[in-house]
Amino acid sequence: MSFDVPDNLYYLESHEWIDPDTGRVGISDFAQDELGDVVFVELPGVGDELDADSEFGVVESIKAVSDIYAPVSGEVTDVNETLEDEPELVNDDPFGDGWLVELDFDDADLDDLLTAEEYRDQIA
Amino acid sequence: MAQRRPPLYGRHEDRGAKFTEFGGWQMPVEFDSISTEHAAVRDAAGIFDVSHMGEIEVSGPDAERLMQRLTTNDVTALDPGDAQYSAITDEDGVMLDDTVVYRLPESRDAEFLFVPNAGHDEEAYDRWTTYRDEQDFAATVDNVTADYGMVAVQGPEAPDLVSARADGDVLDLSKFEATDASVAGVDCLVANTGYTGERGFELVFPSDGAGAVWDAFASDCQPCGLGARDTLRMEYGFLLSGQDFDPEENPRTPYEAGIGFAVKLDTEFVGRDALEAQYEQGVDQQFVGVTLRERGVPRHGYEITTPDGDTVGEVTSGTMSPTLDEPIGLGYVDEAHAEDGESVRVVVRGTGKKATITTPPFIDQ
Repeated sequence: MSFDVPDNLYYLESHEWIDPDTGRVGISDFAQDELGDVVFVELPGVGDELDADSEFGVVESIKAVSDIYAPVSGEVTDVNETLEDEPELVNDDPFGDGWLVELDFDDADLDDLLTAEEYRDQIA
Repeated sequence: MAQRRPPLYGRHEDRGAKFTEFGGWQMPVEFDSISTEHAAVRDAAGIFDVSHMGEIEVSGPDAERLMQRLTTNDVTALDPGDAQYSAITDEDGVMLDDTVVYRLPESRDAEFLFVPNAGHDEEAYDRWTTYRDEQDFAATVDNVTADYGMVAVQGPEAPDLVSARADGDVLDLSKFEATDASVAGVDCLVANTGYTGERGFELVFPSDGAGAVWDAFASDCQPCGLGARDTLRMEYGFLLSGQDFDPEENPRTPYEAGIGFAVKLDTEFVGRDALEAQYEQGVDQQFVGVTLRERGVPRHGYEITTPDGDTVGEVTSGTMSPTLDEPIGLGYVDEAHAEDGESVRVVVRGTGKKATITTPPFIDQ
């Protein structure tokens, strides 16, 4: 099975992605497939400060609970509240409408993350 | 230790199933999605490979006595072709496993077949043969788990699907009744039993016929994995061995686990005296359902508390019910808090979420 791995994003080994232009964070196509039907998402509040690699929320599928980790340190500037009623968007559109939070962050921190090519190798 | 694989493993792999380890077996957990498979069983029909379930055959002059001593239900009530749900208990009345006992049709060589849960077949075999030898019973016990495959066809359309493929009168079977029937040229024991709450059948057959039986249903029946099997059984409050009870991690008696109907105290079995005492004294905790009234999902190990925060129990299984789209759980609470409708809390990652005790099944039967 092949998974979508957009070239313009950066990734964590734990399967989160961040868009360097918008600061949006989500989980990868591979991760949503592994989890199966997502039924609940628990996210931080706007204004919360996150540390890189720290747990900042939870994605629950029918079968499992999975912590989600911050790709970089930063302040939460927006939260995808649509997921409260439509958590399935994480499955349907993990890089689009299924985004989780938006962060204000320092671009230099992106250097510690995986490129799309490196992430593709990890999930191959 | 190497994981055991069901005879249909290759077919599941070809179909793109995801696999999981369960009871020492490598089994399909999901073919399409749990919600899709779950809905198919509630609305139409699904087929499950349940070849990880154990099969032990018992025969000989003392076969009935042996079964009676080692299971809590009354096997003398079974005519050939009848089955019953039962428990296997130790001297303290603690459940080692739950099982279905079949008194096989007279056409069969063996008299009894019972079905321990995945990974429990060897311990059941040891228990049966050790007890037989201690009591000097004349009985033959065979662990035939590797010789048999097993599928479950479940859902409102299951009777028509199975009937169309079986040469026996499966539609005439009462609940917990079994008969010999040929399906796709394979000799099967077809039993009106299942673990989903729906109408349906479980088919037991020689392993080398597994492919033919599976293929006979493949085009008209949603293949389902252990994930959907778990959510379906939770909606009906059926126990999962090793999770809702476990002799080491969570020792429970049949009365605590809500299956007192499968205990016949007027029979002689291992654990009877302990269970009689508990029957007279009552249980401290009861197996209940719980419905969350706030966002979150109850999971195994989460505490159940009063609204004031006093711990009164623990969740043993939980999920977001695909049928109800509500978070539901199963677990044990102190007797005083076990009444249907009781207001409690389930502690989800440190926060007590409002919840209500809900006597299963969660959905209308």
